Amino acid sequence: MAECGRVDSNTSHTMDKSITLPPDEIFRNLENAKRFAIDIGGSLTKLAYYSTVQHKVAKVRSFDHTAKAAAGDKLYEISMQEEVTARLHFIKFENAYIETCLDFIKDHLVNTETKVIKATGGGAHKFKELIERKLGLKVDKEDEMTCLIKGCNFVLKNIPHEAFVYAKHADSEFRFQTTNPDIFPYLLVNIGSGVSIVKVESEDKFERIGGSSIGGGTFWGLGALLTKTKRFDELLQLASKGQHASVDMLVKDIYGGSYGYLGLTGDLIASSFGKSATADKDFSKEDMAKSLLHMISNDIGQLACLYAKLHNLSRVYFGGFFIRGHPVTMHTITYSINFFTKGEVQALFLRHEGYLGTIGAFLKGAEEDNPNQYSWGENYAGSSGLMSVSPDMNPMQRARSGTFDMLEMDRLERQLVNLPLLQDPSSYIPDTVDLTEDALAREYWLYCFEEALDGVVKRAVASQPDMPEAALRAEKFRQKYRHKLQTLRQQPFAYGSLTVRSLLDTREHCLNEFNFPDPYSKIKQRENDIALKYYQKAVKSLDELSWEEKQFALVQGVLAGNVFDWGAKAVSDVLESDPEFGFEEAKRQLEDNSGVDIILGVMPFVRELLSRGTEVVLASNSGPALNDVTNGELQILTERIAAMDPVIEAGLREDRLLLVQSGSSSPCLDLSRLDKVLAMVVRERQTDLVIIEGMGRAIHTNYYAMLSCESLKMAVIKNSWLADRLGGKLFSVVFKYEVPAGKPNKDCGAFSPS
Amino acid sequence: AKNKQTNKQTKNTSQKVFHSHVMVATNGSCCSSSSNAFGSSTVPSGSGTFENMHHLHRGDDAECSGSPAKRCRLRRRTESVRKHRPPFPWFGMDIGGTLVKLVYFEPVDITAEEEQEEVENLKSIRRYLTSNVAYGKTGVRDVHLELRNLTMCGRTGNLHFIRFPTQAMPRFIQMGRDKNFSSLHTTLCATGGGAYKFENEFRMMADLELLKLDELDCLIRGLLFVDRVGFNGHPECYYFQNPSDTQSCVKKPCTLDNPFPMLLVNIGSGVSILAVYSENNYKRVTGTSLGGGTFLGLCCLLTGCETFEEALEMASKGDSTNVDKLVKDIYGGDYERFGLQGSAVASSFGHMMSKEKRDSISKEDLARATLVTITNNIGSIARMCAVNEKIERVVFVGNFLRINTVSTKLLAYAMDYWSKGQLRALFLEHEGYFGAVGALMELLKTTEDP
Repeated sequence: MAECGRVDSNTSHTMDKSITLPPDEIFRNLENAKRFAIDIGGSLTKLAYYSTVQHKVAKVRSFDHTAKAAAGDKLYEISMQEEVTARLHFIKFENAYIETCLDFIKDHLVNTETKVIKATGGGAHKFKELIERKLGLKVDKEDEMTCLIKGCNFVLKNIPHEAFVYAKHADSEFRFQTTNPDIFPYLLVNIGSGVSIVKVESEDKFERIGGSSIGGGTFWGLGALLTKTKRFDELLQLASKGQHASVDMLVKDIYGGSYGYLGLTGDLIASSFGKSATADKDFSKEDMAKSLLHMISNDIGQLACLYAKLHNLSRVYFGGFFIRGHPVTMHTITYSINFFTKGEVQALFLRHEGYLGTIGAFLKGAEEDNPNQYSWGENYAGSSGLMSVSPDMNPMQRARSGTFDMLEMDRLERQLVNLPLLQDPSSYIPDTVDLTEDALAREYWLYCFEEALDGVVKRAVASQPDMPEAALRAEKFRQKYRHKLQTLRQQPFAYGSLTVRSLLDTREHCLNEFNFPDPYSKIKQRENDIALKYYQKAVKSLDELSWEEKQFALVQGVLAGNVFDWGAKAVSDVLESDPEFGFEEAKRQLEDNSGVDIILGVMPFVRELLSRGTEVVLASNSGPALNDVTNGELQILTERIAAMDPVIEAGLREDRLLLVQSGSSSPCLDLSRLDKVLAMVVRERQTDLVIIEGMGRAIHTNYYAMLSCESLKMAVIKNSWLADRLGGKLFSVVFKYEVPAGKPNKDCGAFSPS
Repeated sequence: AKNKQTNKQTKNTSQKVFHSHVMVATNGSCCSSSSNAFGSSTVPSGSGTFENMHHLHRGDDAECSGSPAKRCRLRRRTESVRKHRPPFPWFGMDIGGTLVKLVYFEPVDITAEEEQEEVENLKSIRRYLTSNVAYGKTGVRDVHLELRNLTMCGRTGNLHFIRFPTQAMPRFIQMGRDKNFSSLHTTLCATGGGAYKFENEFRMMADLELLKLDELDCLIRGLLFVDRVGFNGHPECYYFQNPSDTQSCVKKPCTLDNPFPMLLVNIGSGVSILAVYSENNYKRVTGTSLGGGTFLGLCCLLTGCETFEEALEMASKGDSTNVDKLVKDIYGGDYERFGLQGSAVASSFGHMMSKEKRDSISKEDLARATLVTITNNIGSIARMCAVNEKIERVVFVGNFLRINTVSTKLLAYAMDYWSKGQLRALFLEHEGYFGAVGALMELLKTTEDP
C-alpha cells in the first residue's frame, strides 16, 4: 500500500505513473460511461459511473410451420443478438492514485454528454480543482450524510446478503442476513473520525439523533501519540496482537474476582488505561493499541445501544472507516453491542459499506433516470467481493491485484418482488445449505464446480462454431471462473452466503461476461425437436391408462424429464459420453416414464390439470441458465403443442394457461426476487397450489420454503453426494407435498419409486 | 433521621481545628506511584506513616465540650444506647481501584471515665489521625471536608475524611498488624472492590475480619446521610447557575430536599450510573470504563505526569482545540443540516492524525484534551441514561471531580445545553467519600437498633 496523504506532488506523480491500469479489469466500459460521482475520503477514493454494456444474447424465433412441416426441420431458430443493458460501476482506490485514474478516465472516455460530476466526502474540496481540470467536468458537491443514507437504502434493497453479523469465533465469521422487504426503520452508526448516529425512517426521511467525538479519529490520533505508529492499518495490526489487561484496570483487579452482586465478571474493564497511571512502567505499543481499541469500540457500542433503546430500534448498522472491512473492529463493536444489550440487538455490518457515499452521490445525480424504479443485481463476475483488499484476510491477493476494489451492478429488465405466497418473507431463506457455514459441503461443491469447468468450457466453444475466437474467450472464462472459485475457497463470504445457487449464478455471470449467453441453446433446440415428436404418442399412451395409473405416470414423467440436466455432473457425464442417451435410457433409470423435461414431463402434467378445469400459470426463466427452458423457448414450444393438442390450445385461448417469466436467469429460484408481473398474476388468480420442479429450484433452493398455500416440490436427486447427505440413493426422488399450518395435512414427505 | 445532628449550635471551643490553615492540595499526592506509596520499604522507619503516631501524640488534647448540663444529658442518652453501640474506633472504609477512602469518627464527648478506660492503642490512633493532615507520603486528610459536631449513634464528634492510594493497601494492613489493631475488637466495615480483594490479607496479616458491604448500597446511604446533616451548617449540594455562559457561570448551593428519583453518576476509576428511586430502591443503569482512571492513565502516558493534581494543573493551562478536530475544522463553520455548532468537537484527538500537528503539540493541550474528552463522554452517556430513565436530576459524585472545576462546569454545561435546559447537573462537596460514610453507617446500624 502506498503512503496516503502525500503532499509533495512531484513524488506522488512519479509514484502514480508507476502503476499501469489494466483496462480490461478496472474502469470497464468507459466508452459509454456517463453520470460520474466521486466520494473522496481520508485515504480512499470511490468513483461511480453509469454505463451501458453490449451483450450477446441468444434469441429464439419461431419458423413459419404452417407452410411446411417436413420432418427434420428445426422447431425454431437461434440467433445471437446484441442487447444493451445498464450497469453501475463502482471502483475504490487509494487517494494516491487519483491523478492516474483521472488521466486514465480522460483518455478512455469517448462520447459523453456529461457536464458535472457529483462529489461528496471530506476530501472532495481538496481535489475539486484537479478533477475539474483533468476531466473538464464541473464538481457538484452533495451533502455527505444524505449520500450515505441514500447509498445505504440502495444496497439494502438491491443486494441480497448485503448485511451481516460478524462472529469471530463461529464456524463462519460472517452470518448474512436475509433481505427483509421492509428495510425501515434502522439506525446507522457511521464511525468516521467522529461518530454520527442517524435514524432512517424512509427513503427521504432521516435524522441525526446523536453522535460522539470519540471515533476513528480518536483511535488514530491518540493511537499515533501513544505508539508512534502513523498509519491506521498498522495501529489495528498492533491492537490485534496486544493484551489489554496489562493497561486496563479490570473488575478483578479491584475486586480480586467478579463483582457477583451486579453480575459483572472479573474480566470486564472497570477503567480503561487504569493501570497506566504510573511513571515507572513501560507499556508495549501492542497493549496500548489494544486497550485503546477496546475503549473506543465499547464506548461507541454503548452510545449506539442507548440511542437504539431510546428510539426503539432493533436494526443497527455500523459503517465508516473505523469499521470498513476490519475484522478487529467488527469484532470489538459486536462484542460491545452484545454486552450492552445482553444480546437483544445485533451489530450489523454491510458488505459494500465503503461504497455508500459514492452510490448515494451517484443516485443524486441520476435522479432523472429514476434508478430506484428498477431492481439491480450484483454482478459477481465484475465485483471484487468482501475483503478483496484486506491484508489480514488475503495477503496474496492484495499483493497481486493492487488496491482496486470493484462493484458492478446490472440493471435488471424487470422489477423483482416477493412471491406473495411466502408465509414469512422476512425469514425466507431460498438456499437449503449454506456453504459458508458447512465446510464439508463447501469443499465438495467447490470441487464439483471446478471438475465441471472443462465440460462447461467445451460446451461454450461448441455453442459458437462459427466464431473462431470463441476458444480464446472460453479460455478467459475458464480463468475468471477458476479464479472466483479460488477466491471463494479462501473467502467463502466474499459475495454473501456461499450456496450452490451463488456458484451457479457466478458461473452464468462469468459466461455472460465473455459473451457466452446461452451455451446450451443448441442442445435444448435438438432435445426439444426430438421430444416434440414424441408428444402426441406420450399423451395418447397416458390417456389409455386408468385414472390412478395415469396420476403416477404423470408424476414420474415430470421427474424423469428432470433427469435431463446438464448441470448435474452425474448426468452430464453420461450425456457427454453417450450422445444417443435419450429418454429411453432415462426410462430405465426410473423404470417407467415418458418424455424430456418440459415437453414430455411438464406439458402432459399441465394438460391433465387443464382438463380438470384448473387454471395453470406456467413460470419459466427469463434468461438462459444451463439447459433450463426459457420463457422465450417455452412460448414457441407451447404454440407448437397447442397446434396438435386441443386441450393446450383451449387453455391458451381461454386464458386458463398462462406463460409467465419468473424474472430469474438461474437454475435455482429465489422466491423473494420474482418478476413483478408473476407476483401480480399469482395474486390476481388467487393461486392455491405452487408446484416447484427440479433439483435447482426444489432442493438446492426452496426445500424448506414455507408457503401460505399448498405446495408440491418435485425433483430427482442427480448428485450422489447430495443423495448421501439427504440419506438416499442417486436418482432418488423427492416428492414433497406440504399444507400450511392450519390447513389439514394430507400427506407430506419424500418418496422414492420402486 | 435518628442520626440527625441535634446540637449543631454547640460550640466546640477547645477542639483543635486544622482545616482553617491547611491546604489539602499541597499535602503530597493522592495518587499512585509505587515508589512513594504509603511508607514504602525504602523509606527508613520513623519517616513512614502510621508507626510515627507516638511521636506525634499530643497528650493535652481536651475531649469534652459543652456545658455540664448538656454533658449530663448526653451521658444519659449515651448510656441508654451504650449496650448497642459498637466499641471505638469507628471507621468506614471504601477501597476503590485507585484510592482508599477512610472516614473516621472522632468522639469529642469523651468523659474522664472513658478516657481512663481507653486503651493506649485507641488513644494513639485517635491522636495520630486527628492531629495530622498528611500520613506518610501519600495519605491525606481532607480537612476542609471535616464534618464537625456530628451526632452519630448518640455520640458527638467530628467526622474526618482521609484518603490514600490503593497501592499502599498492603502497607496499611501491615500497620494494622504492627499496632495490634485486632485487639480493639472493632468491626472494620469496608466496601468497594478492595473489601473483597484484600479480605484475605486483612485476615492473614492482621487477624482482622472485614464486614464486606456492597459499594452501591453504601454510596447511596452515605450520600443521603451527608446531604441530610449538611456541611457544617451549609448545604452539601450545589449546582452551576448560567452553565452555558463562562462569564456568569457561578456555583450555587442547593438542597436535595426531595432527592428522588435521581440519576447518580459515580466517577471513580471507572463510572457507575444508578437510577435511585428511594434509599433502598435503585438500579445500576450502566457504567463506562472511561473514567477518572482513564484520564489519569492517558495523561501519564501522554505527558509523563505522575499525579492527578499534576494532570489537572496541566489541563487547566491547556487548549484542547489544538488537539481535537472541531466541526468548523471540517465544515468551515456550523453543520447546519444537523444543528451542530462549529465549536462542537467532531473528533477527539482528531488533529493528532496529522504528524505535523503531533510534533507541535504541548503537554498541557494534551492533558486538557484528555480531560475534556473523558468528561464530555461521561456527560453524554449520563444524559442518554437520564432521558431513557426519564429522570431530570443528575447528581455527579466521585473523586474524579475533586479539585476539578473544569469537569464540573463542563458537565453542568453539557447537561444544560444538550437537554435544552431540561436536565440539571448537581454536585456534592464530599465527592468521593459517600461509600466510606455508608460503610460507617452500616457499622452503627448493625448495633444501634435494639
